[in-house]
Amino acid sequence: MNEVPVFPGVRSGTQPAYLHPPYRSSLKRAPAKPLVLLANTLSERTGPVFGHQAVTSTDNDLTGQHAGTPVGERIVVSGRVVDEDGRPIRGALIELWQANAAGRYKHKLDQHNAPLDPNFDGCGRTITDGAGRYKFISVKPGAYPWGNHHNAWRPAHIHFSLFGAGLLSRLVTQMYFPGDPLLVFDPIYNCIPDEQAKQRLISIFDWEHTVPEFALGYRFDIVLRGRNATPMEK
Amino acid sequence: MSDAAKMVPTASQTVGPFFSIGLCPHNPSNLIPEQSVASARVITLKGRVLDGDGQGVPDAVLEVWRADPLGVFSGPDDVASHNASGVPAGFARIPTNERGEFEIRTIKPGVIRSSDEETHAPHLSVVIFMRGLLRQLLTRVYFAQGSANEKDPVLKVVPAQRRNTLIALQSGENENEFCWNICLQGDDETVFFEA
Repeated sequence: MNEVPVFPGVRSGTQPAYLHPPYRSSLKRAPAKPLVLLANTLSERTGPVFGHQAVTSTDNDLTGQHAGTPVGERIVVSGRVVDEDGRPIRGALIELWQANAAGRYKHKLDQHNAPLDPNFDGCGRTITDGAGRYKFISVKPGAYPWGNHHNAWRPAHIHFSLFGAGLLSRLVTQMYFPGDPLLVFDPIYNCIPDEQAKQRLISIFDWEHTVPEFALGYRFDIVLRGRNATPMEK
Repeated sequence: MSDAAKMVPTASQTVGPFFSIGLCPHNPSNLIPEQSVASARVITLKGRVLDGDGQGVPDAVLEVWRADPLGVFSGPDDVASHNASGVPAGFARIPTNERGEFEIRTIKPGVIRSSDEETHAPHLSVVIFMRGLLRQLLTRVYFAQGSANEKDPVLKVVPAQRRNTLIALQSGENENEFCWNICLQGDDETVFFEA
Protein backbone atom coordinates (compact mmCIF):
# COMPACT_ATOMS: atom_id res chain seq x y z
CA MET A 1 0.00 0.00 0.00
CA ASN A 2 1.28 3.43 -0.89
CA GLU A 3 1.32 6.23 1.57
CA VAL A 4 -1.16 8.94 0.67
CA PRO A 5 0.74 12.13 -0.11
CA VAL A 6 0.28 15.25 1.96
CA PHE A 7 0.15 18.75 0.54
CA PRO A 8 1.64 21.71 2.37
CA GLY A 9 0.06 25.07 1.52
CA VAL A 10 1.35 27.14 -1.37
CA ARG A 11 4.25 29.37 -0.39
CA SER A 12 3.31 33.03 -0.80
CA GLY A 13 4.33 34.63 -4.08
CA THR A 14 5.55 31.46 -5.74
CA GLN A 15 2.34 30.95 -7.72
CA PRO A 16 0.51 33.58 -9.78
CA ALA A 17 -2.55 35.37 -8.42
CA TYR A 18 -5.66 34.71 -10.48
CA LEU A 19 -6.16 38.37 -11.31
CA HIS A 20 -3.15 39.92 -13.05
CA PRO A 21 -4.47 43.03 -14.86
CA PRO A 22 -1.55 43.30 -17.33
CA TYR A 23 -2.80 39.95 -18.68
CA ARG A 24 -6.11 41.17 -20.05
CA SER A 25 -7.78 37.79 -20.38
CA SER A 26 -7.63 37.42 -16.59
CA LEU A 27 -9.98 40.41 -16.03
CA LYS A 28 -13.25 38.61 -16.79
CA ARG A 29 -12.12 35.11 -15.90
CA ALA A 30 -10.30 35.39 -12.56
CA PRO A 31 -12.58 34.65 -9.61
CA ALA A 32 -13.53 37.85 -7.80
CA LYS A 33 -14.62 36.37 -4.48
CA PRO A 34 -12.07 34.90 -2.06
CA LEU A 35 -11.33 31.21 -2.46
CA VAL A 36 -12.64 28.95 0.29
CA LEU A 37 -9.89 27.20 2.21
CA LEU A 38 -10.26 23.44 1.97
CA ALA A 39 -8.59 21.01 4.32
CA ASN A 40 -7.23 18.22 2.12
CA THR A 41 -9.59 15.29 1.85
CA LEU A 42 -9.22 12.02 -0.04
CA SER A 43 -10.72 13.69 -3.13
CA GLU A 44 -7.67 15.95 -3.47
CA ARG A 45 -4.96 13.75 -1.99
CA THR A 46 -5.72 11.03 -4.51
CA GLY A 47 -5.59 11.67 -8.23
CA PRO A 48 -5.46 10.08 -11.64
CA VAL A 49 -2.36 7.99 -12.33
CA PHE A 50 -2.14 6.98 -15.98
CA GLY A 51 -0.95 3.66 -17.28
CA HIS A 52 1.96 3.22 -19.65
CA GLN A 53 -0.45 2.40 -22.46
CA ALA A 54 -1.36 6.12 -22.40
CA VAL A 55 1.77 6.78 -24.47
CA THR A 56 3.72 5.04 -27.18
CA SER A 57 7.51 5.02 -27.21
CA THR A 58 7.63 7.56 -30.07
CA ASP A 59 5.15 10.07 -28.64
CA ASN A 60 8.04 12.07 -27.18
CA ASP A 61 9.64 12.77 -30.58
CA LEU A 62 7.80 15.71 -32.15
CA THR A 63 10.18 15.62 -35.12
CA GLY A 64 9.23 12.07 -36.07
CA GLN A 65 5.47 12.23 -36.49
CA HIS A 66 5.44 12.74 -40.28
CA ALA A 67 7.28 11.46 -43.33
CA GLY A 68 9.39 14.63 -43.54
CA THR A 69 11.46 16.53 -41.00
CA PRO A 70 10.02 19.73 -39.49
CA VAL A 71 11.80 23.01 -40.19
CA GLY A 72 13.66 24.66 -37.34
CA GLU A 73 16.39 24.37 -34.77
CA ARG A 74 16.22 20.84 -33.39
CA ILE A 75 16.21 20.61 -29.59
CA VAL A 76 16.26 17.96 -26.87
CA VAL A 77 14.30 19.00 -23.76
CA SER A 78 14.86 16.84 -20.72
CA GLY A 79 14.72 17.02 -16.97
CA ARG A 80 13.46 15.47 -13.77
CA VAL A 81 10.11 15.61 -12.04
CA VAL A 82 10.33 15.58 -8.23
CA ASP A 83 8.02 16.19 -5.28
CA GLU A 84 8.47 18.80 -2.55
CA ASP A 85 10.90 16.51 -0.76
CA GLY A 86 13.02 16.32 -3.89
CA ARG A 87 12.12 12.68 -4.47
CA PRO A 88 11.58 11.53 -8.05
CA ILE A 89 8.04 11.11 -9.31
CA ARG A 90 7.93 7.94 -11.35
CA GLY A 91 5.25 7.25 -13.92
CA ALA A 92 4.06 10.86 -14.20
CA LEU A 93 2.23 11.63 -17.44
CA ILE A 94 3.65 14.71 -19.21
CA GLU A 95 1.81 16.24 -22.15
CA LEU A 96 3.25 19.15 -24.09
CA TRP A 97 2.26 21.40 -26.95
CA GLN A 98 3.94 24.25 -28.77
CA ALA A 99 4.06 26.49 -31.85
CA ASN A 100 6.25 25.53 -34.78
CA ALA A 101 9.58 27.18 -35.56
CA ALA A 102 7.79 30.06 -37.30
CA GLY A 103 5.63 30.79 -34.24
CA ARG A 104 2.41 29.25 -35.58
CA TYR A 105 0.21 26.74 -33.78
CA LYS A 106 -1.56 24.02 -35.70
CA HIS A 107 -4.92 25.25 -34.43
CA LYS A 108 -7.87 26.61 -36.37
CA LEU A 109 -8.04 29.75 -34.23
CA ASP A 110 -4.39 30.73 -34.65
CA GLN A 111 -4.52 33.71 -37.02
CA HIS A 112 -0.81 34.54 -37.03
CA ASN A 113 0.41 35.11 -40.57
CA ALA A 114 3.26 32.63 -40.36
CA PRO A 115 3.48 29.33 -42.22
CA LEU A 116 2.22 26.03 -40.90
CA ASP A 117 4.69 23.18 -41.17
CA PRO A 118 3.19 20.05 -42.72
CA ASN A 119 5.72 17.98 -40.78
CA PHE A 120 4.97 19.40 -37.36
CA ASP A 121 1.90 18.98 -35.11
CA GLY A 122 3.47 20.38 -31.94
CA CYS A 123 2.03 17.72 -29.61
CA GLY A 124 3.97 15.27 -27.46
CA ARG A 125 3.48 12.92 -24.53
CA THR A 126 5.67 10.83 -22.27
CA ILE A 127 5.78 9.15 -18.86
CA THR A 128 8.64 9.71 -16.42
CA ASP A 129 11.01 6.81 -15.81
CA GLY A 130 12.04 5.24 -12.50
CA ALA A 131 14.23 8.25 -11.64
CA GLY A 132 11.54 10.79 -12.56
CA ARG A 133 13.32 11.66 -15.81
CA TYR A 134 11.73 12.59 -19.12
CA LYS A 135 12.96 13.59 -22.56
CA PHE A 136 11.40 15.18 -25.64
CA ILE A 137 12.86 15.82 -29.08
CA SER A 138 11.36 18.82 -30.86
CA VAL A 139 12.18 22.04 -32.68
CA LYS A 140 12.57 25.36 -30.92
CA PRO A 141 9.23 27.20 -31.10
CA GLY A 142 9.16 30.68 -32.58
CA ALA A 143 7.95 33.83 -30.81
CA TYR A 144 4.57 35.10 -31.99
CA PRO A 145 2.40 38.21 -31.69
CA TRP A 146 -0.79 38.31 -29.64
CA GLY A 147 -3.50 40.86 -29.01
CA ASN A 148 -2.90 41.61 -25.34
CA HIS A 149 -1.43 45.10 -25.93
CA HIS A 150 0.27 47.08 -28.70
CA ASN A 151 3.10 45.12 -30.30
CA ALA A 152 2.75 42.27 -27.81
CA TRP A 153 4.86 39.18 -28.51
CA ARG A 154 4.99 35.96 -26.54
CA PRO A 155 8.51 34.77 -25.80
CA ALA A 156 9.27 31.32 -27.22
CA HIS A 157 7.73 28.73 -24.92
CA ILE A 158 6.59 25.13 -24.63
CA HIS A 159 3.41 24.27 -22.70
CA PHE A 160 3.81 21.45 -20.16
CA SER A 161 1.01 19.55 -18.43
CA LEU A 162 1.77 17.10 -15.61
CA PHE A 163 -0.10 14.67 -13.38
CA GLY A 164 1.56 13.70 -10.11
CA ALA A 165 0.48 11.68 -7.11
CA GLY A 166 -2.67 13.60 -6.25
CA LEU A 167 -5.19 16.00 -7.71
CA LEU A 168 -3.34 18.83 -5.97
CA SER A 169 -0.14 17.90 -7.82
CA ARG A 170 -1.76 18.80 -11.12
CA LEU A 171 0.34 21.38 -12.95
CA VAL A 172 0.15 23.19 -16.26
CA THR A 173 3.03 25.54 -16.93
CA GLN A 174 5.22 26.96 -19.68
CA MET A 175 8.93 26.44 -20.25
CA TYR A 176 10.93 29.37 -21.61
CA PHE A 177 14.38 29.66 -23.18
CA PRO A 178 17.43 31.35 -21.67
CA GLY A 179 18.37 34.80 -22.91
CA ASP A 180 15.02 35.56 -24.53
CA PRO A 181 14.70 39.39 -24.77
CA LEU A 182 10.89 39.13 -24.80
CA LEU A 183 10.64 37.71 -21.27
CA VAL A 184 10.82 41.07 -19.48
CA PHE A 185 7.83 42.33 -21.48
CA ASP A 186 5.62 39.27 -21.13
CA PRO A 187 2.67 39.63 -18.69
CA ILE A 188 2.19 35.87 -18.45
CA TYR A 189 5.78 35.12 -17.46
CA ASN A 190 5.79 38.14 -15.14
CA CYS A 191 2.61 37.15 -13.28
CA ILE A 192 4.71 35.28 -10.70
CA PRO A 193 5.70 37.65 -7.87
CA ASP A 194 8.63 35.59 -6.55
CA GLU A 195 11.69 36.23 -8.71
CA GLN A 196 13.27 32.82 -8.14
CA ALA A 197 10.04 30.96 -8.79
CA LYS A 198 9.68 32.91 -12.01
CA GLN A 199 13.19 32.23 -13.21
CA ARG A 200 12.78 28.51 -12.66
CA LEU A 201 10.44 28.53 -15.66
CA ILE A 202 13.46 29.32 -17.86
CA SER A 203 15.19 26.18 -19.07
CA ILE A 204 18.95 25.85 -18.83
CA PHE A 205 21.12 25.35 -21.87
CA ASP A 206 22.45 21.84 -21.42
CA TRP A 207 25.73 20.68 -22.98
CA GLU A 208 25.28 17.27 -21.43
CA HIS A 209 22.19 16.55 -23.49
CA THR A 210 23.29 18.46 -26.58
CA VAL A 211 23.75 15.84 -29.28
CA PRO A 212 26.72 16.47 -31.62
CA GLU A 213 25.67 17.14 -35.22
CA PHE A 214 22.01 16.82 -34.21
CA ALA A 215 20.31 18.96 -31.54
CA LEU A 216 20.83 21.52 -28.77
CA GLY A 217 19.93 20.42 -25.26
CA TYR A 218 17.76 22.29 -22.75
CA ARG A 219 17.12 21.17 -19.19
CA PHE A 220 13.83 21.84 -17.42
CA ASP A 221 13.32 20.34 -13.96
CA ILE A 222 9.85 20.39 -12.46
CA VAL A 223 8.66 20.24 -8.85
CA LEU A 224 5.11 19.05 -8.26
CA ARG A 225 3.12 19.74 -5.11
CA GLY A 226 3.06 17.04 -2.47
CA ARG A 227 5.32 15.30 0.00
CA ASN A 228 5.47 11.59 0.45
CA ALA A 229 4.30 11.65 -3.12
CA THR A 230 6.47 8.90 -4.50
CA PRO A 231 5.02 5.43 -4.64
CA MET A 232 7.08 3.13 -2.43
CA GLU A 233 8.96 0.15 -3.83
CA LYS A 234 7.24 -3.10 -3.01
CA MET B 1 8.34 14.42 7.94
CA SER B 2 7.83 17.48 10.12
CA ASP B 3 10.82 19.32 8.66
CA ALA B 4 10.19 21.96 6.02
CA ALA B 5 9.79 20.77 2.48
CA LYS B 6 12.94 21.23 0.46
CA MET B 7 11.58 22.21 -2.90
CA VAL B 8 9.18 24.93 -4.01
CA PRO B 9 6.63 23.66 -6.56
CA THR B 10 7.03 24.92 -10.09
CA ALA B 11 4.85 27.95 -10.86
CA SER B 12 1.70 27.55 -12.91
CA GLN B 13 1.08 29.28 -16.25
CA THR B 14 -2.07 29.54 -18.32
CA VAL B 15 -3.00 26.78 -20.77
CA GLY B 16 -3.60 29.55 -23.33
CA PRO B 17 -6.03 29.34 -26.23
CA PHE B 18 -4.49 26.39 -28.06
CA PHE B 19 -4.39 23.71 -25.35
CA SER B 20 -6.47 21.34 -27.44
CA ILE B 21 -3.32 20.52 -29.43
CA GLY B 22 -1.69 18.92 -26.41
CA LEU B 23 -4.50 18.11 -24.01
CA CYS B 24 -7.40 16.97 -26.12
CA PRO B 25 -6.34 14.79 -29.04
CA HIS B 26 -7.15 11.66 -27.07
CA ASN B 27 -10.08 12.93 -24.96
CA PRO B 28 -9.15 10.69 -22.06
CA SER B 29 -12.25 9.58 -20.24
CA ASN B 30 -12.98 6.69 -17.90
CA LEU B 31 -16.02 7.76 -15.92
CA ILE B 32 -18.22 4.85 -17.01
CA PRO B 33 -16.63 1.42 -16.55
CA GLU B 34 -16.60 -0.86 -19.57
CA GLN B 35 -18.04 -3.64 -17.45
CA SER B 36 -21.23 -2.81 -15.63
CA VAL B 37 -20.93 -2.36 -11.91
CA ALA B 38 -23.65 -3.40 -9.53
CA SER B 39 -25.44 -0.39 -8.04
CA ALA B 40 -23.85 1.96 -10.59
CA ARG B 41 -26.18 4.65 -11.83
CA VAL B 42 -25.22 6.58 -14.96
CA ILE B 43 -25.93 10.29 -14.66
CA THR B 44 -25.50 13.22 -17.03
CA LEU B 45 -24.53 16.65 -15.85
CA LYS B 46 -24.85 19.53 -18.30
CA GLY B 47 -23.87 23.14 -17.90
CA ARG B 48 -21.93 26.13 -19.11
CA VAL B 49 -18.80 27.96 -18.08
CA LEU B 50 -19.63 31.69 -17.87
CA ASP B 51 -17.24 34.63 -17.64
CA GLY B 52 -17.69 37.93 -15.77
CA ASP B 53 -19.95 39.26 -18.57
CA GLY B 54 -22.13 36.15 -18.46
CA GLN B 55 -20.69 35.00 -21.79
CA GLY B 56 -20.01 31.33 -22.40
CA VAL B 57 -16.31 30.44 -22.32
CA PRO B 58 -15.56 28.47 -25.49
CA ASP B 59 -11.97 27.63 -24.59
CA ALA B 60 -12.17 26.07 -21.14
CA VAL B 61 -11.37 22.48 -20.27
CA LEU B 62 -12.65 20.61 -17.21
CA GLU B 63 -10.95 17.68 -15.57
CA VAL B 64 -13.20 15.50 -13.46
CA TRP B 65 -12.06 13.17 -10.67
CA ARG B 66 -14.47 11.00 -8.76
CA ALA B 67 -14.78 8.00 -6.49
CA ASP B 68 -16.62 4.85 -7.55
CA PRO B 69 -20.13 3.93 -6.31
CA LEU B 70 -18.56 2.46 -3.16
CA GLY B 71 -16.76 5.72 -2.45
CA VAL B 72 -13.33 4.39 -3.41
CA PHE B 73 -10.81 6.29 -5.58
CA SER B 74 -8.62 4.38 -7.98
CA GLY B 75 -5.07 4.28 -6.62
CA PRO B 76 -1.62 4.64 -8.22
CA ASP B 77 -1.12 0.87 -8.45
CA ASP B 78 -4.65 0.15 -9.54
CA VAL B 79 -3.67 -0.96 -13.04
CA ALA B 80 -6.86 -2.95 -13.39
CA SER B 81 -8.82 0.29 -13.31
CA HIS B 82 -7.15 1.62 -16.46
CA ASN B 83 -9.09 1.47 -19.68
CA ALA B 84 -7.44 0.42 -22.94
CA SER B 85 -5.94 3.90 -23.33
CA GLY B 86 -4.34 3.83 -19.89
CA VAL B 87 -6.84 6.27 -18.39
CA PRO B 88 -7.52 5.57 -14.71
CA ALA B 89 -11.07 4.97 -13.53
CA GLY B 90 -12.71 8.11 -12.27
CA PHE B 91 -10.97 10.58 -14.57
CA ALA B 92 -12.13 12.54 -17.62
CA ARG B 93 -11.12 15.65 -19.50
CA ILE B 94 -13.96 17.60 -21.07
CA PRO B 95 -13.44 20.76 -23.16
CA THR B 96 -16.29 23.27 -23.52
CA ASN B 97 -17.84 23.82 -26.94
CA GLU B 98 -18.13 27.13 -28.81
CA ARG B 99 -21.05 28.17 -26.57
CA GLY B 100 -19.20 27.36 -23.38
CA GLU B 101 -21.26 24.21 -22.78
CA PHE B 102 -20.03 20.96 -21.30
CA GLU B 103 -21.57 17.57 -20.61
CA ILE B 104 -20.27 15.09 -18.04
CA ARG B 105 -21.54 11.51 -18.28
CA THR B 106 -20.46 9.40 -15.35
CA ILE B 107 -21.55 6.79 -12.91
CA LYS B 108 -22.67 8.48 -9.73
CA PRO B 109 -19.98 8.30 -7.05
CA GLY B 110 -20.79 6.94 -3.62
CA VAL B 111 -20.41 8.36 -0.15
CA ILE B 112 -16.72 8.63 0.79
CA ARG B 113 -15.59 7.61 4.25
CA SER B 114 -12.15 8.93 5.11
CA SER B 115 -9.86 7.40 7.72
CA ASP B 116 -10.92 9.93 10.32
CA GLU B 117 -14.49 8.66 10.01
CA GLU B 118 -15.72 11.77 8.30
CA THR B 119 -18.38 11.15 5.71
CA HIS B 120 -18.30 13.05 2.42
CA ALA B 121 -21.42 13.28 0.32
CA PRO B 122 -21.22 12.07 -3.30
CA HIS B 123 -19.47 14.67 -5.44
CA LEU B 124 -17.20 15.19 -8.41
CA SER B 125 -13.99 17.18 -8.06
CA VAL B 126 -13.59 19.52 -11.02
CA VAL B 127 -10.34 21.20 -12.05
CA ILE B 128 -10.75 24.03 -14.55
CA PHE B 129 -8.25 25.41 -17.04
CA MET B 130 -8.64 28.15 -19.66
CA ARG B 131 -6.97 31.08 -21.33
CA GLY B 132 -7.06 33.90 -18.78
CA LEU B 133 -6.55 31.58 -15.81
CA LEU B 134 -2.94 31.70 -14.67
CA ARG B 135 -3.60 28.83 -12.25
CA GLN B 136 -6.22 26.12 -12.44
CA LEU B 137 -9.39 26.43 -10.39
CA LEU B 138 -10.65 23.66 -8.13
CA THR B 139 -14.30 23.18 -7.31
CA ARG B 140 -16.74 20.39 -6.50
CA VAL B 141 -20.20 19.52 -7.60
CA TYR B 142 -22.68 17.74 -5.32
CA PHE B 143 -26.14 16.50 -6.20
CA ALA B 144 -29.45 18.01 -5.08
CA GLN B 145 -31.54 15.95 -2.66
CA GLY B 146 -28.43 14.12 -1.53
CA SER B 147 -29.21 13.07 2.00
CA ALA B 148 -25.50 13.14 2.89
CA ASN B 149 -25.07 16.77 1.79
CA GLU B 150 -26.14 18.15 5.14
CA LYS B 151 -23.33 16.42 6.97
CA ASP B 152 -20.66 17.03 4.35
CA PRO B 153 -17.67 18.70 6.07
CA VAL B 154 -16.69 20.67 2.96
CA LEU B 155 -20.15 22.07 2.28
CA LYS B 156 -20.23 23.04 5.95
CA VAL B 157 -17.26 25.39 5.61
CA VAL B 158 -18.75 27.10 2.55
CA PRO B 159 -20.73 30.25 3.44
CA ALA B 160 -24.40 29.22 3.49
CA GLN B 161 -25.49 31.75 0.86
CA ARG B 162 -22.94 30.39 -1.65
CA ARG B 163 -23.48 26.66 -1.03
CA ASN B 164 -26.00 26.34 -3.85
CA THR B 165 -23.25 27.10 -6.40
CA LEU B 166 -21.83 23.64 -5.65
CA ILE B 167 -25.03 21.69 -6.02
CA ALA B 168 -26.27 20.34 -9.35
CA LEU B 169 -30.05 20.44 -9.72
CA GLN B 170 -32.12 17.76 -11.33
CA SER B 171 -33.20 19.00 -14.74
CA GLY B 172 -36.77 18.12 -15.57
CA GLU B 173 -38.34 14.78 -14.87
CA ASN B 174 -35.35 12.54 -15.40
CA GLU B 175 -33.70 11.84 -12.07
CA ASN B 176 -30.42 10.99 -13.80
CA GLU B 177 -30.03 14.38 -15.51
CA PHE B 178 -28.55 17.32 -13.70
CA CYS B 179 -27.60 20.88 -14.56
CA TRP B 180 -24.81 22.91 -13.05
CA ASN B 181 -23.11 26.08 -14.30
CA ILE B 182 -19.66 27.33 -13.46
CA CYS B 183 -19.72 31.12 -13.00
CA LEU B 184 -16.27 32.69 -12.84
CA GLN B 185 -17.51 36.04 -11.43
CA GLY B 186 -20.69 37.85 -10.40
CA ASP B 187 -23.43 37.32 -7.81
CA ASP B 188 -23.61 33.62 -8.60
CA GLU B 189 -19.84 33.12 -8.66
CA THR B 190 -19.08 29.45 -8.10
CA VAL B 191 -17.18 28.59 -4.94
CA PHE B 192 -13.57 27.76 -5.78
CA PHE B 193 -11.22 26.18 -3.29
CA GLU B 194 -7.70 26.86 -2.12
CA ALA B 195 -6.40 23.47 -1.03
